[in-house]
Amino acid sequence: MFYKETGQFKSKYKEELAAFPLFEDKIGIGILGVLTFLVIPLFGLPGLNYEFAMGAIMIPCMIFIIMTLGLNILLGFAGQISLGTGAFSGVGAYAFYKFITIFPDINIIIALVLSGLVSAVVGVIFGLPSLRIKGFYLMVATLAAQFFLTWAFIRVAWLYNYNASGAIEGPNKEMFGIIMIGPQSSGMTRYYFVLVTLIVLTWLASNVIRGRIGRSWMMIRDMDIAAELIGIRPLVAKLSAFAFSSFYIGIAGALMVFFWLGAAEAESFDINHSFLYLFMVIIGGLGSITGSYMGAIFVWVVPVLIKEIGKSAFGFDAFVMENFSTILLGAMIIIILILEPHGLARLWQITKQKLRLWPFPY
Amino acid sequence: MEILHMIFIAPFLDMAALPDLFFQGLWDGFVGGTLYALLALGFVLIFKASGVFNFSQPILMVLAALALVSFYEMGINPWISVALVLVMMYVLAFGVERLILRNLVNQDGNILFMSTIGLTFVIIGSAQWIFGGVPSSMIHAELGFPVGSSEMPMFGGAVYFEHIDISAAVLASILIGILAIFFSKTKIGRGLRAVADDHQAALSVGISLNQIWVIVWFVAGIVALVGGIFWGARSDVSFALQIIGLKALPVLIIGGFTSVPGAICGGLIIGLGEKIFEIYWGPMMGGSVEGWFAYVIALVFLLFKPQGLFGEKIIERV
Repeated sequence: MFYKETGQFKSKYKEELAAFPLFEDKIGIGILGVLTFLVIPLFGLPGLNYEFAMGAIMIPCMIFIIMTLGLNILLGFAGQISLGTGAFSGVGAYAFYKFITIFPDINIIIALVLSGLVSAVVGVIFGLPSLRIKGFYLMVATLAAQFFLTWAFIRVAWLYNYNASGAIEGPNKEMFGIIMIGPQSSGMTRYYFVLVTLIVLTWLASNVIRGRIGRSWMMIRDMDIAAELIGIRPLVAKLSAFAFSSFYIGIAGALMVFFWLGAAEAESFDINHSFLYLFMVIIGGLGSITGSYMGAIFVWVVPVLIKEIGKSAFGFDAFVMENFSTILLGAMIIIILILEPHGLARLWQITKQKLRLWPFPY
Repeated sequence: MEILHMIFIAPFLDMAALPDLFFQGLWDGFVGGTLYALLALGFVLIFKASGVFNFSQPILMVLAALALVSFYEMGINPWISVALVLVMMYVLAFGVERLILRNLVNQDGNILFMSTIGLTFVIIGSAQWIFGGVPSSMIHAELGFPVGSSEMPMFGGAVYFEHIDISAAVLASILIGILAIFFSKTKIGRGLRAVADDHQAALSVGISLNQIWVIVWFVAGIVALVGGIFWGARSDVSFALQIIGLKALPVLIIGGFTSVPGAICGGLIIGLGEKIFEIYWGPMMGGSVEGWFAYVIALVFLLFKPQGLFGEKIIERV
């Protein structure tokens, strides 16, 4: 009823291949665009303080979506388990910090892309074991990356320019005359920057996944031996998945520190963050871009809201709410795995299917 | 040149110059190794019996240690506290089977593994809520384990043996032995191996899957408790123990996922290796290399011997 392809005729092959072939989808994306580009930056979220809505919900959500996209490329599309996400995001963040302190005049976008590339190189290095092993064995190999890199973030003082606190801090930095990062930047500029980055990266990911490289990833995931037999080179496919994934994760890490937190230490990249990103991917749905969006938003927003509600409505202290949201997160994983192993993305598909037929049952 | 000297020659000269210090390192590493082996055994047990890669084993250890200390601080007799923790572990095993595993029968190994990560978070949250997150010290003295240390003259110096370490090594070895026998000789052990081999075939000869799972998780809980007591005695009882518990994973890689002797050997290799590396090579790299060295050993093993020392060669190579 609301959502049907009847009557929408395609006369060109290109139209069939469009990312959003249906008219309803285009309307939906248009509404989302208006909301994210105009309504939210101007008015914030309904019922929430503007600063809180920006700093605690919108900006982190978008950064985590990039992070989830990156991990989903690796885990969902290429089928390689990684628990080193937190450390790879740290590589991006520290690389960005080094770039903007060594070259103070560098353009932020260039620094961001370069730090993504640094992270990609590190990802490929730690992805090398994946050529020989997979599954849990690979997971332990990525744990090596996680612990080694977080150790390096603390011990290699060059990475944080030998400052006493051991933290990396974003200096004020301009791009095209506007202060983009640092203490004096406004939430709205950072919001727009992250939003545009997110859109560009999503566009890139969806096209890469639909293309030759993405298909080779999925073949490797579904059955590596068969893929090899029909001419996919596992070396190229797996390492490119690691590179792509780490590129996204690195950019997300740099954005996280300099566009959201402002300053960070090695703890921001520890193994618990790796788990958090893994949860976002699982809850959202493995191998789905829409799922990455939903998973990141759900896993981030629900605990934040619960904490706020618990504090304001019931007067629980932060300690209780913190633990409650940890339990809730774990329970959510288990419940999702039992009820719908394909995550929120599948629920969304089911909903679309229902909307198509509504009000008829079939 | 100087770097090569620092890496390849100086540490060995140091070892030869102070053999007592070297021996002390070996002893510390050995004790650590037996405890790693014990933890790894917890993983191996569950993996063999249900094909579940139980990521929550480290947090089970934290939970057991925290609960033990908290019960004691409530004024309960230490041995009754141990019994209470065991009861708690049984209830937990039962709950895990009822609420999680039973609903995930026949699912892919990855899904089961991820569900144990979920379980880890549930346990972290509830343990922090109920027992508090403040680090406290273990009650090994109250449990009757010897404290203090004795000094043994050796190689012109002296080596210190902490008594708790001796009892840890002894008790861990005994427990490992009991588990090995339990696994290979008893009826339940045979049942476990049957379940590991083939769920359906085991069911058809009358082995109750659910019962086996409860037993296995309970045994893993006991292992966690023993591990928790001794690791708690060596450091503090806090959530940092989880990171130590995770080191059982590289032990598994070295030993092979399904092998009991492998877990023991792997534990000793990791324990000795990381201690010696920390003492002799650590300072030039900035210290605290213990955090990642175990994983690097595991990585090297993965590249050359992916099935581990004693593992079955079922690993799928790519």
